[in-house]
Amino acid sequence: MDTILAMVEGFMYPNEVELQWSILIVLYPYITGLVAGAFILASLERVFNVEAVKPTYRLALLTALAFLVVAPLPLQLHLGHPERSFQMYLTPKTDSAMAMFGFVYLWYLMGVLVLEIWLDFRRDIVLKARSSTGFVRDFYRVLALGSDNISERSLEIDDRVGRFVTILGIPSAFLLHGYVGFIFGSVKANPWWSSPLMPVVFIFSAMVSGIALVMLVYMVVSWLRSKPIDMRCLDTIAQYLLYAFIIAFSLEMLDLIHRMYEADESFKSLDFMVKSRLFTSQILIQIIFGTLLPLGLLALSQVVRMTERARKNIYATAGVLTLIGIFAMRWNVVIGGQLFSKSFLGYTVYKMDFATREGLLPAIILMVAPFFILWGLIRILPPWGIEEEPPAAADPESC
Amino acid sequence: MTVDRRQFVLTSGKYLIMTAAATRAIDFVMAGTPEAAPGYSAFDHWWAMAIDVDLCIGCGGCVRACKEENDVLLEPYFFRTWVERYHVPEGDIEHPVVDSPNGGYDGFPERYREGDGAKNFFVPKLCNHCAHSPCVQVCPVGATFESPDGVVLVDTDYCLGCRYCVQACPYGCRFIDPRTRTVNKCSLCYHRITKGLTTACCEVCPTGARMLGDLKDPSDPIHEFLRTNMVQVLKPQMATGAKVYYADLDGSVR
Repeated sequence: MDTILAMVEGFMYPNEVELQWSILIVLYPYITGLVAGAFILASLERVFNVEAVKPTYRLALLTALAFLVVAPLPLQLHLGHPERSFQMYLTPKTDSAMAMFGFVYLWYLMGVLVLEIWLDFRRDIVLKARSSTGFVRDFYRVLALGSDNISERSLEIDDRVGRFVTILGIPSAFLLHGYVGFIFGSVKANPWWSSPLMPVVFIFSAMVSGIALVMLVYMVVSWLRSKPIDMRCLDTIAQYLLYAFIIAFSLEMLDLIHRMYEADESFKSLDFMVKSRLFTSQILIQIIFGTLLPLGLLALSQVVRMTERARKNIYATAGVLTLIGIFAMRWNVVIGGQLFSKSFLGYTVYKMDFATREGLLPAIILMVAPFFILWGLIRILPPWGIEEEPPAAADPESC
Repeated sequence: MTVDRRQFVLTSGKYLIMTAAATRAIDFVMAGTPEAAPGYSAFDHWWAMAIDVDLCIGCGGCVRACKEENDVLLEPYFFRTWVERYHVPEGDIEHPVVDSPNGGYDGFPERYREGDGAKNFFVPKLCNHCAHSPCVQVCPVGATFESPDGVVLVDTDYCLGCRYCVQACPYGCRFIDPRTRTVNKCSLCYHRITKGLTTACCEVCPTGARMLGDLKDPSDPIHEFLRTNMVQVLKPQMATGAKVYYADLDGSVR
């Protein structure tokens, strides 16, 4: 702390010197964004009947679930008293944006995602329960929740209910992540956050990151299974990524231009921060390498005729850059919003610990964990059908 | 009906445990009633503070008294009240030079001279006990609340330590106490004012620059203070209903 105090530039209110929200709170919008984005991509196939992205439909749902399970963990780790967090369910304060998180989360997890996955995989689960013995049979029987009817009529009902859940799921995904944006956007004390555009920017950047993630996971999983990548599918996803990215970037630029043109009392302070303490993470990583470069690459793949191999390379590069760029965006929102003083007269620094409760190590573990969960989910519910067992599932590290 | 000894012990034991649990539950539900102090009715008061900027000499007595009275950690990033020194070059209210070494706890080392072409003055800060507190609004469990007598308080047995309120306060008045991992802030010395005393900071101020006032008491001197001075609250654009009124506050103060 004393070293931080020594690095304060200008004047901070004394209680402001220490940052309140750490890298764990950066992960929170990042992870929920990946969930919402992956789900929205999956919904495209289901609701709008986009046949081309069908090969990624189930994979996207499982990816969303793997990340959603991890989403509340950074929040829990960050709380001073995690053991009291259930109070948010028992005695929520209805006019607190944060109090609603638990309900939105539970609704999305149980009411939408788990239900949709169950409906979609029910036939496979029942078949697996029928064809296996011993513990495996019991396990799949439990997963089937006692259902054994996979007649054409019952599957049709599954499909109709599933479609209804997906239709309900799209606004829910928007709610889940738009709401995260609202948590920041509604803090009037903080001009870096306070903006009605925040939830919209969050939703579109979530779509961008989720689509990029599913695209990469699909490529890696196909490679690991030694299966050919469906290029029609990949091209379509890349197209969606480009469109979502254009909207997200336009919204962010709109926000920026608006701030620059209005130049209110906070502008000089924030402008200086972006040009100094946030220069690397905002200008270089987020805007140049994480947005303009992948946008350029994706646009290039649309206008120039390229070989399959070149397109794959471009998509993979653009996807990785996108994920880094969106992470940087969350970082700049959360950490950037705490580096300047609310007196607009000074700046502090964020010193990240390594092996502490809110350090880099738990953040890395939390970021890698969803890939292990996804690996487990793919083993239990192979997206490509339960009869055809894959030789090896996704390697978590390589995603 | 006959009851054997075993059954009697079991049944009465059950009732005993249930009664204790119920008592505990009622205690839990009724916790945090601010007017619990005998003879004090929260509904008869509406607390505020008046600060005369011209009278503050930056001695830091209030900061020391507050830390002592409220067991606030002595490190220089935990303050329920602190004092800022402003140095405003002529006419340049957008670029004041502000410092607050150790929150003013040790007073202020000499830095500016009379007649250096600038205004120099001190501004004591504390929680504004806003009537429409953004911090109270965001608390997910209602652990921080506005009491009926207009004081923003924290129930530390309920606080999750999520720090959302710290982010929501426009004035930087809140901090997390590392000992309890819950939020901490000025309570307007609630344990004192409900017993008819003034706050620790007002008590020790040698020039009377700070004055606790009860806006519901017509005979309280704060009414005259508000009538006879040009007063302002901090960051009025935030519309928080701040109740710390400053007399003669310069436009450069934020």
